Amino acid sequence: MLLDKSISQLARLLKDKKNSVVDLVTESYERIEKLDHQLNSFITLRDKKEVIKEAQQADKNIGKATSPLYGIPYSLKDAYVNKETRTTCGSEVLDKFNSPYEATVHRKLKEAGAILIGKNNLDAWGHGGSTENTDYGAGKNPWDLTRIQGGSSGGPAAAISSRMVGFAIGEDTGGSIRNPSSMCNTSGLKVSYGRVSRYGTIAYASSLDSVGPMAKSVEDLALVLESMVGKDELDATSSANKDVKYIKNLNKKVTKTIGVPKEFFGDGLDPIVENIILRAVKEYEAAGYKIVNVSIPLMEYGVSIYYLTGLSETSSNMARYDGVRYGESRQLLSDETKRRIMLGSYALSAGYADELYKKAQQARTKLIEEFNKAFESCDVLLAPVTPSIPAKIGELINDPLKSFLEDLYTGPINVAGLTSLSLPAGFTKDNLPVGMQLIGQRFHEAELLKMGYVYQQLTDWHTKKPPILNQND
Amino acid sequence: MTSSNKNYQLICGLEIHAELKTDSKMFCGCKNDPFHAPKPNVYTCPVCLGMPGALPVPNKKAIEWTIKLGLALNCKINLFSKFDRKHYFYPDLPKGYQISQYDIPFCYGGYLDTSGGRVGITRIHLEEDTGKLLHKNIDSKKVSLVDFNRGGVPLLELVTEPDIKSASQAAEVSRKVRDIIRYLDIGNCDMQKGGMRLEANLSLSKTGDLPDYKVELKNINSFKYMEQAIAYEIERQTEVLNGGENPTQETRGWDVAKQKSFSQRTKETAEDYRYFPDPDIPPLQFTKEQVEKWREELPTLPEQTVDYWKTKFEIEGRYSRLLINGHQTTALLELVFVAALEKDIKPNNIAKEIVNKNIKLDPNSSHEEIVSTYQQLHQTDDVDSDVLVQVIDEVLTTNPDAVEKYKAGKIQVIGFLLGQVAQKLQQKLDMKQVRSELLKALEN
Repeated sequence: MLLDKSISQLARLLKDKKNSVVDLVTESYERIEKLDHQLNSFITLRDKKEVIKEAQQADKNIGKATSPLYGIPYSLKDAYVNKETRTTCGSEVLDKFNSPYEATVHRKLKEAGAILIGKNNLDAWGHGGSTENTDYGAGKNPWDLTRIQGGSSGGPAAAISSRMVGFAIGEDTGGSIRNPSSMCNTSGLKVSYGRVSRYGTIAYASSLDSVGPMAKSVEDLALVLESMVGKDELDATSSANKDVKYIKNLNKKVTKTIGVPKEFFGDGLDPIVENIILRAVKEYEAAGYKIVNVSIPLMEYGVSIYYLTGLSETSSNMARYDGVRYGESRQLLSDETKRRIMLGSYALSAGYADELYKKAQQARTKLIEEFNKAFESCDVLLAPVTPSIPAKIGELINDPLKSFLEDLYTGPINVAGLTSLSLPAGFTKDNLPVGMQLIGQRFHEAELLKMGYVYQQLTDWHTKKPPILNQND
Repeated sequence: MTSSNKNYQLICGLEIHAELKTDSKMFCGCKNDPFHAPKPNVYTCPVCLGMPGALPVPNKKAIEWTIKLGLALNCKINLFSKFDRKHYFYPDLPKGYQISQYDIPFCYGGYLDTSGGRVGITRIHLEEDTGKLLHKNIDSKKVSLVDFNRGGVPLLELVTEPDIKSASQAAEVSRKVRDIIRYLDIGNCDMQKGGMRLEANLSLSKTGDLPDYKVELKNINSFKYMEQAIAYEIERQTEVLNGGENPTQETRGWDVAKQKSFSQRTKETAEDYRYFPDPDIPPLQFTKEQVEKWREELPTLPEQTVDYWKTKFEIEGRYSRLLINGHQTTALLELVFVAALEKDIKPNNIAKEIVNKNIKLDPNSSHEEIVSTYQQLHQTDDVDSDVLVQVIDEVLTTNPDAVEKYKAGKIQVIGFLLGQVAQKLQQKLDMKQVRSELLKALEN
């Protein structure tokens, strides 16, 4: 199984001509054809013949390859516009939308030589944490087909978990990369706000959206991230990057202090999840890291600030789907999306905005201050990703409030513009994956990747493959 | 005007929109030239079409120009500012919101002096223009089409205080704003094409306090019509008020053919635009030094130039106001006036000839050319003085009556005699010379 190998191993095989890009692409399509009818991780696939042709061309030019991503098959969450396929964002409103332009992140990966296979499933517009709120079939968890993939970037996580692609690009507004990474036993990085260009990302909530890599390991994330970062003249909120040698720095050992924020271990946290996370803390401690307890009192309001901000912005971002363009009626918007538009419009309305939207923005500033304060006594924070194990299909979509609470530990990180790495931390006794998140200061991606890499040297959780693969391969 | 409206005072403020003539649009790199586009929707891109995933990046030039206009109109400048989203649905607004500025405009608290007194400038902010709707019949079907060539063009909005007290003052304010925008060379203000658009908010008051109603005059595309519409509204509202009622709070347009205003829309409640800061555009921070640098870069403004020309060149205001139009021609004219003074020509005479279109003011011509054009226009033929003396003798001989009258003290006959000389010579004469020769002959 080629796609179980790390990106650097694959790059080596291609360079040594032991395997071809055509081999990788062929395996990718075979696995998708074999498994995806059970998982629904793709909405749209590129035409296989066309991609094979592209792979043949890539094989011819392999000598000129400079990037380790050269020839690696990948997929995009269907929230990124591209020219090779349609872009639906998980909603029938964009069922026939073929973008005349492409997202900056996609352009950069193509320039590195990576090969797009298709577009992954998601909760439409990013509205959800389970990949059930999609018009293209609910996503299923490769570890248990009766359970959710997590979301909204469920499709990319399931596709990586079941080794359909070498890596994928997710999008994280309030946990959308970290939550499915945790539930599918993959690694995912929510970058700091501004680290990667958002140009061509269909917006959920503009001040929270972040474009991040999803992969099998932290090492792979570091490789992919290097090709994604940097200032983009087309995104006024993107930042110039100085610290981009993520791979080179992975091995540099620095003594670190890990903060354990007590508000992430309160009511509502499933004890099964808690035990796994606390074990990870111990593992770090045993590896020589200093552990300190920290507190971020405003986390109590974190999810409220997140939803007031996110839904206000989404009510605005969704206004362009007014039925005049893109060919489909706005009646096709789902209940979840309508709910979010209504809540957001309410929070921005005259007479309510002061108490809702504006207050949330004031609280947002305070929350950022509290995180900064916590980082005075530690380098990174370690916390659970979601309060519970992957839910059964149908459980969350029928309980909107419970669904909102899935973002309890992740949404506030977006509110504060920080970076956070989700990585496998263990399994329940029913063999369901549980992830943890390492939270870093804004633009401290290199630090998180180093720490995640250390953990993946000490443990092998991230190498475990879902039963769906063992049964079939 | 009816006599009764003496009891009422007009209370009027203006909202003026003007497109800026930057090379590119406000938030994308598309060409900003909607009036010369070869066909609809050619100057468009994902950003100004509001496509999914596209992001706005603000045009620095447009921001600088807006602040410069503010400085020229004595405004204060917000060193911290931002763009906000203004939400409403309309087919010419592809994102469902317009990027505008809400509570922190670039400029605020300025003023403009008019012949009728000072008018406060409440604020000047920057936003994006909308697309243009065209309603057509195609294959005998009524269709509405949208042209986005104009969508995303930088548009500034200037709001005045309700300090305007007459229709003519409203027109004067509008004209002056246009002149300044043109003079700063930041906008063409073509009213016919919609490059500049005027709105007036007006009501009548007996006490001078703001009344509890307001009529909005909208979609008026000339200064003259604006003046007519306000004058008409004063009469109409006076009648309503005299009838013991309050005029309806509404938006009205101006029917040029009927010379009447007409109701367009009655607003029951204030619209809720759900403004909030555009999260795609980071807030803007200017430094005092930057603003002062822009202030120093400002050219002398038209009214300042009128005063300067009056003192330095004795140019009459009625000529200079027509001539001051754009920085380039103003600089050229000053060179012309200096050259004229050196040649003992009154600059005002040249100004008059230019205004009367006897001399064409070509921005590409040099000041020497213009002065020599003037000289040619006023050049006289060289008349041999012997010939002149001879002709004068003839005229005096053939008109003894006139000579008698002159000698009797009726000096007005000189005009007649000069005319006779000119008729006989049939040449362009230096009348000063002819006159002195004639007087010499009469004294002999």
